Amino acid sequence: MNNKEYLQEEIIRRSGVNPSKCMRCGKCSATCPAYDEMEYHPHQFVNMVESGDIEPLLNSESLYKCLSCFACIDRCPRNVEPAKLVEAVRLTAIRQQGANRMTANDVPQMIEEDVPPQLLVSAFRKYTK
Amino acid sequence: MKVSYFPGCTLKNKAKELDVYSVKSAEVLGITLEEIENWQCCGGVFTTARDEVATKLSSVRALKYALDREQPLVTVCSACHNVIKQTNYAMQNDKEFADKVNRYMAEGEYNGETEVYNYLEMLRDMVGFDAVKEKVVNPLKGKKIAAYYGCLLLRPNSVMRMDDPENPTIMEDLIKAMGAEPVVYAKRNECCGGYISVESPESAKRNSNAIIANAKAAGAEMIITACPLCKYNLIKNGADIPVIYFTELLAEALGVKEDTNE
Amino acid sequence: MQRVGVFVCWCGSNIAGTVDVEAVSEALKSEPGVVFSTNYQYMCSQAGQDMIKEAVKEHNLTGIVVCSCSPRMHEATFRKTAAAAGLNPYMVEIANIREQCSWVHKDMLTGTEKAIILGKAAIAKVNLNTPLTPGESPVTKRALVIGGGIAGIQTALDIADAGFPVDIVEKKPTIGGKMAQLDKTFPTLDCAACILTPKMVDVAQNEKIRIFSYSEVSEIKGFVGNFDVTIKKNARFVKEDVCTGCGACVDKCPMKKIPNEFNLGMDNRKAIYIPFAQAVPKVATIDPNACNMLKNGKCGLCAKVCTAGAIDYTQKDEYIEEKYGAIVVATGFNPISMDKFDEFAYNQSKDVITSLEFERLTNAAGPTAGKLLRPSDGKHPHTIVFVQCVGSRCDACAEKGKEYCSKICCMYTAKHAMLTRDKYPDTEVYVFYIDVRTPGKNFDEFYRRAVEEYGVKYIKGMVGKVTPEGDVLKVQASDLIANKQLHIDADLVVLAAAIEPDKSARPLATMLTASMDTNDFFTEAHPKLRPVESPTAGVFLSGACQGPKDIPETVSQAGAAASKVIGLLAKDKLTGNPCVAHSNELMCNGCSSCERVCPYGAITYSDKEFRMPDRTTKIRRVASVNPAVCQGCGACTVACPSGAMDLNGFANSQIMAEVDAICK
Repeated sequence: MNNKEYLQEEIIRRSGVNPSKCMRCGKCSATCPAYDEMEYHPHQFVNMVESGDIEPLLNSESLYKCLSCFACIDRCPRNVEPAKLVEAVRLTAIRQQGANRMTANDVPQMIEEDVPPQLLVSAFRKYTK
Repeated sequence: MKVSYFPGCTLKNKAKELDVYSVKSAEVLGITLEEIENWQCCGGVFTTARDEVATKLSSVRALKYALDREQPLVTVCSACHNVIKQTNYAMQNDKEFADKVNRYMAEGEYNGETEVYNYLEMLRDMVGFDAVKEKVVNPLKGKKIAAYYGCLLLRPNSVMRMDDPENPTIMEDLIKAMGAEPVVYAKRNECCGGYISVESPESAKRNSNAIIANAKAAGAEMIITACPLCKYNLIKNGADIPVIYFTELLAEALGVKEDTNE
Repeated sequence: MQRVGVFVCWCGSNIAGTVDVEAVSEALKSEPGVVFSTNYQYMCSQAGQDMIKEAVKEHNLTGIVVCSCSPRMHEATFRKTAAAAGLNPYMVEIANIREQCSWVHKDMLTGTEKAIILGKAAIAKVNLNTPLTPGESPVTKRALVIGGGIAGIQTALDIADAGFPVDIVEKKPTIGGKMAQLDKTFPTLDCAACILTPKMVDVAQNEKIRIFSYSEVSEIKGFVGNFDVTIKKNARFVKEDVCTGCGACVDKCPMKKIPNEFNLGMDNRKAIYIPFAQAVPKVATIDPNACNMLKNGKCGLCAKVCTAGAIDYTQKDEYIEEKYGAIVVATGFNPISMDKFDEFAYNQSKDVITSLEFERLTNAAGPTAGKLLRPSDGKHPHTIVFVQCVGSRCDACAEKGKEYCSKICCMYTAKHAMLTRDKYPDTEVYVFYIDVRTPGKNFDEFYRRAVEEYGVKYIKGMVGKVTPEGDVLKVQASDLIANKQLHIDADLVVLAAAIEPDKSARPLATMLTASMDTNDFFTEAHPKLRPVESPTAGVFLSGACQGPKDIPETVSQAGAAASKVIGLLAKDKLTGNPCVAHSNELMCNGCSSCERVCPYGAITYSDKEFRMPDRTTKIRRVASVNPAVCQGCGACTVACPSGAMDLNGFANSQIMAEVDAICK
């Protein structure tokens, strides 16, 4: 198995998503609140994982723009669950050596008077392995 | 009635109102929130990946604690609720995952037996909004209040099962029980931006502003929420109407807000 | 001992490709009773059948085993062959070595082994076969059509045209169904009322057709040719034969705020009402939930103004019993509820409507007299967004919506979009689509005209969220071709809601013992070759109760169902199925187990006098089967604890012989 196929299987297994269920309606991208921040949009995540085109996703800033609001999961008529694919690719990216998006050293300067700890733990969980 | 209570990190810190008013109000309504001993932070977000085990252990331990006491587990914060409920669902439905988790459980095996309620569900399903209404001593007459659900309470609906995820009524029903007038607006179940305000504050700002504008256009004079991060994002991004926790309003209606402050 | 002939079919390569047919016919030669065994390329062909006939004569065969396809395919063929050769047709057994063997196995060795075993079982059974003679039953020459939409209307007209009496049962106060609510019809844009109402009048005037409106079927008993049906005629509190439909009562009725079902609640009707001007029958109906007189005895205005004296506040529901030879189901469809799709804000804004509501908004007899105005403020909408596939084509696990394509939405949306641009060229019209499906005569041309000549903006993508704000609907959508998220401020959003069978279909199917699929569409006897018949004999399907359909398709199916009914009613007698149950009264212990499990009500109990071995007599309660009602399902034979119940052609001893042959 080449690296491309390995990555694809890994993402599908980790997410539990079957991207071939997608019927290309685009409702995920229609409902996404982070659409404009993303270089690859939710429907593209589904289609690119389906065709095994994972590398561009791994290197994309889009991974860190998804809000995990699950709107795409709830509104997808085919029950594809695109957000789970974004999550699986993001984990594949940040689990690589030195690929943490955020480190403990970043935290002190984020602490402001009104910042709830919830913000810091959530961001830390999303951006750090 | 006694329930196991998971407050979560922010409730002991920046969102004390959420914690203190919850406990006080529940007491008036005949429910004792017994704080879980040595609870650990839920992590703030649920990782949907099936091979993430360690990040979900704190939730499983809390759930096991409640099971040992034969109590339901009650959360207040939307994020804790989402993480714990999704973890519980995974423990019930993903055998492979549950097996992995149970290898770390010195406390004993757990397989998703505990029932998880958000405080709002507790009010609706254990107390009943009619009973809440009866206990109201300061009806919030004439206040036009917009409930802001955000995303975490309702989604994914297949797991959360709190309400109709597209047209929820649970907070509106509470607002009515407290004697105020609920304001229904479409963006009440859209995301404020959540943790993205670390990564791209403009994104959070755009989302929060759209929510506030939509609530105000519908006539809202105040927004209530269950989530500290929602509250933070809405306020930081220039909400020009008050944004408060629903528990603060509940305590006020039940007449226990003042003695809480003392 | 029988003299059995075995005939192994190759079915071209269908069987011979995976089964060694030569080995099968050879192996079966030495089975008990077998005196002749052969194989041939196509046993069902004329040459194959002749081969069987000759063998019967030459070898004096008393039983035949054909190893071939499923008995559903050619059992009848080979029974006819046997009869032509002078044998009783029920002396034929089929071993299914195609569907249950060659088609499911890949390996020749395994396939051959299994085919031999199946052949042995059939031989074991035929050794115990006895000649059977079917009974006959008369045919009641009247048909019942359930549902008075275009499907039911067309079926009834066609049956009546052949000279048979027909009754239509319609639960609404008028016939006409969904088509009566439509404005124009695709792809030729004729006005629905203009082509439907003449047919409604034809129905009313046809001497062979009776209409039971505001009525429902409450009980069905009997079987093909002889159905006993009870029709419940709901009290409408107006004497149908006296009312002239003048409408004076409607004018005077003070109860004005009753949501008008015909306009989907977009305007109001009175407590006494006639659904629309061309209603058939054109008589008034009192809504008992809204009428003051019926609720608390106060008012009575309608009775006062009715010069014909048609109002009768004491009218009761009436039950009518009638016999029918055939029943046609034409219960139609409804759009699904939009409650679970509130991301489109249907429950949050009056200006988010369904396509059927849009039909009423553009219909001259609708709530706006045909002017396209927003339900919220009566203003003319300048930007309209149509959303396709709302609730259609959903995954079974998605918890909302239907798995199937609703079939009619692409075309009616193209029609709506085109007509809007035609009548109001200042209106921007967007259609969000997943695929545009236009497989019909002149359908794609119609859709292309909407785009090319009328400038409708078709966008490949979906709407994700509709946010009502002030007096605009903020539509957030995707444009997959441009790879953009769109934000459109719309004045009106129209949802192409999926369609589903009418809720009355499920209980009706239970009464008819007719099968349905998981979506509650009636199942046809064969999806390709018997599309208008239900597997239950004497029950026929017309229109959208069988699956989503447009008007031309519905009308063709309605005609096809009618022709099947005519074929049945033209017969004086029906030949029954001799494979029915019978009870051995000497063994029956009177426990009623069989009666309880019989789905057809074919079993009755009676007290009978029996002579005992000691020459005394004793009265015992025993079961008997009505062979005309029994369908031969065999449920009673399994339920019977004393072994008294047995099924002709599938006797317990025959089944056991088959099992023994397989297990040997």
